[in-house]
Amino acid sequence: MAFNYDQYLRVDKMPTLWCWGCGDGVILKSVIRAIDKMGWDMDKVCVVSGIGCSGRFSSYINCNTVHTTHGRTIAYATGIKLTRPDAHVIVVAGDGDGLAIGGNHTIHGCRRNIDLNFILINNFIYGLTNSQISPTTPQGMWCVSAQNGNIDPTFDACKLAIGAGASFVARETMLDPKKLEKVLVKGFSHRGFSFFDIMSNCHINLGRKNKMLSAMENLEWIDSITTPLKKWEALSPEDQMNKFPTGVLREVEQAEYCDMYEMVIASAQGKRGKITQDDFAKKI
Amino acid sequence: MAREVISTGNELSALGAFDAGCMFFGGYPITPSSEVMHEMSDLLPTVGGKFIQMEDEIAGISVALGASMAGTKSMTATSGPGISLKAEQIGLAFIAEVPLVIVNVMRGGPSTGLPTRVSQADIGQAQYPTHGDYASITLCAGSLEECYTQTVRGFNLAERYMTPVFVLLDETVGHMHGKAMLPDLEEVKASIVNRKRYDGKPEDYRPYDVPMNTPAVLNPMFEGYRFHFTGLHHGPTGFPTEDAAQCQFNIERLVGKINTIAAENDGLDDEADYEEFMMEDAEVCMIAYGSISRGAKEAVMKLRNDGIKAGLFRPIVLWPSPAKKLKEIGQKFDKIFVTELNMGQYLKEIERVTGRSDFTTLLKANGRPIAPLEMVAKVKEMF
Repeated sequence: MAFNYDQYLRVDKMPTLWCWGCGDGVILKSVIRAIDKMGWDMDKVCVVSGIGCSGRFSSYINCNTVHTTHGRTIAYATGIKLTRPDAHVIVVAGDGDGLAIGGNHTIHGCRRNIDLNFILINNFIYGLTNSQISPTTPQGMWCVSAQNGNIDPTFDACKLAIGAGASFVARETMLDPKKLEKVLVKGFSHRGFSFFDIMSNCHINLGRKNKMLSAMENLEWIDSITTPLKKWEALSPEDQMNKFPTGVLREVEQAEYCDMYEMVIASAQGKRGKITQDDFAKKI
Repeated sequence: MAREVISTGNELSALGAFDAGCMFFGGYPITPSSEVMHEMSDLLPTVGGKFIQMEDEIAGISVALGASMAGTKSMTATSGPGISLKAEQIGLAFIAEVPLVIVNVMRGGPSTGLPTRVSQADIGQAQYPTHGDYASITLCAGSLEECYTQTVRGFNLAERYMTPVFVLLDETVGHMHGKAMLPDLEEVKASIVNRKRYDGKPEDYRPYDVPMNTPAVLNPMFEGYRFHFTGLHHGPTGFPTEDAAQCQFNIERLVGKINTIAAENDGLDDEADYEEFMMEDAEVCMIAYGSISRGAKEAVMKLRNDGIKAGLFRPIVLWPSPAKKLKEIGQKFDKIFVTELNMGQYLKEIERVTGRSDFTTLLKANGRPIAPLEMVAKVKEMF
């Protein structure tokens, strides 16, 4: 039987505002299937989004939803999660939202390892505002805010997340929704900060100015710049530079922030001694 | 039983928040407000409340707003530069009607200004901290006791009117250390206001479908009442709209639920919006608020010793201003003296309300307090 999305969607808000062929819809459906696999009660789920095309994500999914300001998703979500550690919080942001204006919060969300599921919809461009360069726009591409071609170096979002301390980091594309769903389930099941760099198309605002006029052409390009981690590891350093590895890039058990805060409460209530360095495996 | 404590203004503001039922604090270090944060990190976990120091000022308020959206009483504290950074999130709190108490311990500005010195130059900022149309509630503490009581009141007003509320301390009041008599804890607990809740069927829940001049009814998250928070203009269930009539209604309601209600009811609650000190027989009215009002009281006494019948009017609720009373004062007194630690930010409001511009003023913007004798000398020039 075909999967019934309606129970998870705000069907009265359909059709979406997203362009024909946009990857955001594929990601939305994959997230919904992953939630279904997790068996989460939608009353206990909160989806927080920011500004940009991805910002509309929260409007379409039928749960507790917050459409925040530009770049601040993780900070709002941290307040929600810390208040209600029993809730399942999914954060959705674009590459501009999560890596440019909100980069600081991304770093510190990863560092705290708070149990948020952060989905970075990475379409390499500011789509909603009509094609300005984002931190992930490849050098040499043409955008309205780089009229002579983009010289700004390209950001590897997963390297940032790993460096900042996220305990689950994965990259997938929306080319294979089944695989995406599996990785989402893995990350949703993980306790700690789960970072998903999900590469998606914007043939409208990235593609049409860079010889990828259709969704398919844009997706073929994404396919050409990604390769599964195992294959990527076998590549020469020069070839590695021009491919993004996909799959789960990091998965470690690490103390989660809400759990650690319980130590603070216990200490303040005299149920345990003061927190010292001995409480942590890592001393420096 | 009233409680006698020895403490500072900043710490008493934190204690007020704690006693008001605040269970979440998000913030970022900044002089001269950091002690509010220090105290909250100590107090909150004792009752299972959550405290978090964030990576920047913007995150400090964002995390606090997230907590309030989830359904808990929440707070942040900062100083002028922090408010500048938080401005956009304050706007979201206004339009999405998320209650939050924002303590601002004022220091000299603009920009980094005078970080460790006193000012009252964020009065205008408190009225219009962010872009767009809305109405702000701003309370101003003038004593150690009021650091406590006005913070409690801030929470009650935030929950009642579903809006961010500013509690202004200035550096002098915030760092003042001494004895304070706090109200009986049971009385404080009895005065606590909690945001309204909707108890009907979840499918009929329309949080923003409320009459003109009425706050939204926002239930806590995760209890089966799903709706949508957004900083965009929104309709009855919180979803974005650009409908012209709805947008106009939204703004009129946001402004009206505070300004119109305050004007109609002569204030937003039953507590004092101002203090009158030796005003009955006064022939000159001094107007001052915050730490400066303390020196002004001494000036009143000194002037009376010298045969000049002075009185002090001290606004406590700065926004919406106690307009009715200010107007009365404008009509009653020929001689009015206004003193504040800025270049006349509240003076403008007094001029607007009274329709007069012939006040004697003593304005200072150099980070130094105003000594009672300076006020005495200036008032004497009026005779």
